[in-house]
Amino acid sequence: MTEFLIEVNGGQQTVKAPAEMPLLWVLRDILNMTGTKYGCGIGLCGACTVHMDGKATRSCQIPVAKSVESKITTIEGLGRNGLHPVQEAWITEQVPQCGYCQPGQIMSAAALLSTIPKPSDADIDRAMAGNLCRCGTYFRIRKAIHRAAWEMHS
Amino acid sequence: MKVSRRAFLASTAITAGGAFAISFRMHDPWPLAKLFAATTDPFDLWIQIQSDGKTILTVEKCEMGQGVFTGLPMILAEEAELDWNTVTVQQSLESSGTGGSGSTSGSYLPLRRAGAVVREAMIGAAAHEWSVPKEGCVAQQSRVTHRASGRSLAYCDLVSTARRLPLPDIEHVPLKNPSDFKLIGHLTPALDIPGKVQGTACFGFDVRLPGMVFAIIARCPVFGGKAVSYDSSKALAVPGVLQVFEIEPRGFRIYSAGGVVVVAQSTWAALEGRRALTIKWDYGPHRNESSDALSEDLRRALTSEGKIIRDDGKVDRAFELGAERLEAIYEFPFLAHAAMEPMNATILLRKDKCEVWCPSQSPDWVRSAIAKELAMKESQVLVHTTFMGGGFGRRYIADYPTEAAQIARHVNGPVQLVWSREDDMTHDFYRPASYHRLRGAVDHSGNIVAWSHHIASTSIRAQWDPPETVKPESAEIGGAVHIPYSPPAIRVSYTPVESAVPRGWWRSVEHSFNGFAVECFIDELAVAAKQDPYLFRKANFLEAARQSTKSDGPTDDGHTDCNRLIAVLDLAAQRAGWGSPMRKNQGRGIACGTAYGYVAQVAEVTLRDGRIKVDRVVAAVDCGQVVNPNGVRQQIEGGIIFGLSAVLKGQITISQGQVEQTNFSGYELIRMPESPAIEVHLIENHFEPSGIGEAGVPLIGPAIANAVFAATGKRLRKLPLRPDKLAT
Repeated sequence: MTEFLIEVNGGQQTVKAPAEMPLLWVLRDILNMTGTKYGCGIGLCGACTVHMDGKATRSCQIPVAKSVESKITTIEGLGRNGLHPVQEAWITEQVPQCGYCQPGQIMSAAALLSTIPKPSDADIDRAMAGNLCRCGTYFRIRKAIHRAAWEMHS
Repeated sequence: MKVSRRAFLASTAITAGGAFAISFRMHDPWPLAKLFAATTDPFDLWIQIQSDGKTILTVEKCEMGQGVFTGLPMILAEEAELDWNTVTVQQSLESSGTGGSGSTSGSYLPLRRAGAVVREAMIGAAAHEWSVPKEGCVAQQSRVTHRASGRSLAYCDLVSTARRLPLPDIEHVPLKNPSDFKLIGHLTPALDIPGKVQGTACFGFDVRLPGMVFAIIARCPVFGGKAVSYDSSKALAVPGVLQVFEIEPRGFRIYSAGGVVVVAQSTWAALEGRRALTIKWDYGPHRNESSDALSEDLRRALTSEGKIIRDDGKVDRAFELGAERLEAIYEFPFLAHAAMEPMNATILLRKDKCEVWCPSQSPDWVRSAIAKELAMKESQVLVHTTFMGGGFGRRYIADYPTEAAQIARHVNGPVQLVWSREDDMTHDFYRPASYHRLRGAVDHSGNIVAWSHHIASTSIRAQWDPPETVKPESAEIGGAVHIPYSPPAIRVSYTPVESAVPRGWWRSVEHSFNGFAVECFIDELAVAAKQDPYLFRKANFLEAARQSTKSDGPTDDGHTDCNRLIAVLDLAAQRAGWGSPMRKNQGRGIACGTAYGYVAQVAEVTLRDGRIKVDRVVAAVDCGQVVNPNGVRQQIEGGIIFGLSAVLKGQITISQGQVEQTNFSGYELIRMPESPAIEVHLIENHFEPSGIGEAGVPLIGPAIANAVFAATGKRLRKLPLRPDKLAT
């Protein structure tokens, strides 16, 4: 067990954990920040997606020791003052069903829009291919990303 | 419907500013004795109007993404004439079994009546206060207004008077005319969505209790095997690991695997501890089961006559008379549910009571299973129903809550049982594997004159029913016994096939394979009759509709109104542009059916580089009275994608008694780039609502397979569809 100082949603957090413990479990089990979800543990479903320095990252694949250098943003901190435009668009398009994968979907979508403000369908395919949704909300996710892009840049 | 008077947990509150918040609240619900006092008083059960006007509606079905958290309160609020903006929804503490697409259809009338009692009670109270006839008063937006004088009172100021007066008779209370509906049938944003986009919605995995620890079970990878011995020394040396112990398998109707439990301070430590265990397994009697051998068994079963379920008309003679005769075999694999949130349960066992937080479709079964496991009375077990990260039938089963109860005996304080994705994938209750032999004949005019369908499958009921009463066919033949085409001669037979692989109810159950087999084979008959598949179906329905005054034998889907089926078929064909030209390597396929509701789907596919790309799906749906159009559309869209994963990718295979797919690498699901554009067209009417959660699933498969045929002239009859097999 080692002490690590990590920056989550703009705040410093000290956590005591084995160096190889994935950031996912640090967030969920030590910091009780349960918005970031476990789905597969091997980086294939995207439910655990967070931002590390703004980049969409599978937190189940990042040992806590490797997260200390980065600014981490989770779903809880995405909308600093109220809802992020992506979250707003998700509500407008009524995207979630069970909702379990949606924090990860939203984090991937927000990271996409920060690098490509007006993504094409092909851009969306590439950026979102790593996020599974068993309820099948893909069509609405696509619409919501286009809507958020339009809202953010109009 | 009777539920408890006390109810809480995940609640969605609409605050004054119009923002939503989900909170995880834990009131002290003990003693339980009070909870179980059943009542029909809607003020106690369903609608709590507070003095500040805020109104709390209770949901006693479980939310797994199918929309009951919004749809059912809408029904209450409609009849009660509530101001929707004042409404908060809470989960009932005694929630009941949720499945079979039955929540809306089963709750529709009881909730309307409950809401109407509240409305009439409010009107009665206002009339009493003003000493005027009730007939002159009208309820609207949580207020009663006296038409003649314009006086009005808010519901919250009428509650105390209403509670002193006798309640209207719930059986005879007047219901609103559907043409006056203001909420039902109108697009209403889902109340649970704001929390779900902010990460605050509480799923089972998100339950956090002070001092909680985490448990993981090492289960025997072979079905029916168990641990002989284990060495925990390395596991106990993993930082954070607290305890290692063994739990027994549980048999009939629980079917948990038992195994070696690792308890730790974090999920990660528990996973690492499990990795460090050394376990000697006895693989038991099923160590040699394989999908290859099972396929042989299924194929062989189709050579028997099978148990005759239905035999109307002289089928063998009718075949002789057919101008065109066809025979085909369809093959379906086991499928996993693969809900995004793996199984889990959080439990706190005290001396004489047990509290459980469970993402379950069957909290009532969870309670009884845990009470039995812990030798407690059911009244000593309290089950909080959390949101579920998908259910699809998997979460109806009480294996994982039973494991949690076994673990709780060994652990002081709260413990969360965590299933990894690998646990979830390899210890599921799978959609049965099945083989189907279909034979059909059409006459010179294109009428179906003979039909036979022999199903062989690893029966669900053979596993779940006592041997002395079991009817293995009973969850395998729906959608096959009664088909809307009503051929004059029809035989349906069934043969169960043994397997150690656990089976369960998977979204749309047997309709997932029977819908495929029937609607593909109908397409084959249309081609044999040299007719357009859409017009062929329609002509045979029209024939069925014409004959509908005659008995059409046993039905498993209730009575089919062929006119409603024709209407959805026409609508889907029209909106899809049926018959318009397509490019090379493209095809359009159609399918329709009556499983859960009247549904027709048209799929457009492109064959490219040996792959099937589904470009567009058009669905037409008649589910009777639509409660929330948004919810219905979501369920049809989701059902189509769920079905699409099964059709293009899904299969669980067995080797040496073990599931070969352990994660999403082996059990692939549809992802964004493969996701088609989906259009859902709803037919508006005021028939009793039917279910919608499963209705989208069964028909996407045949629509795609029929589209592949249209594009290539080749039939794929083995699931998942493998276009590389087209060359052969």
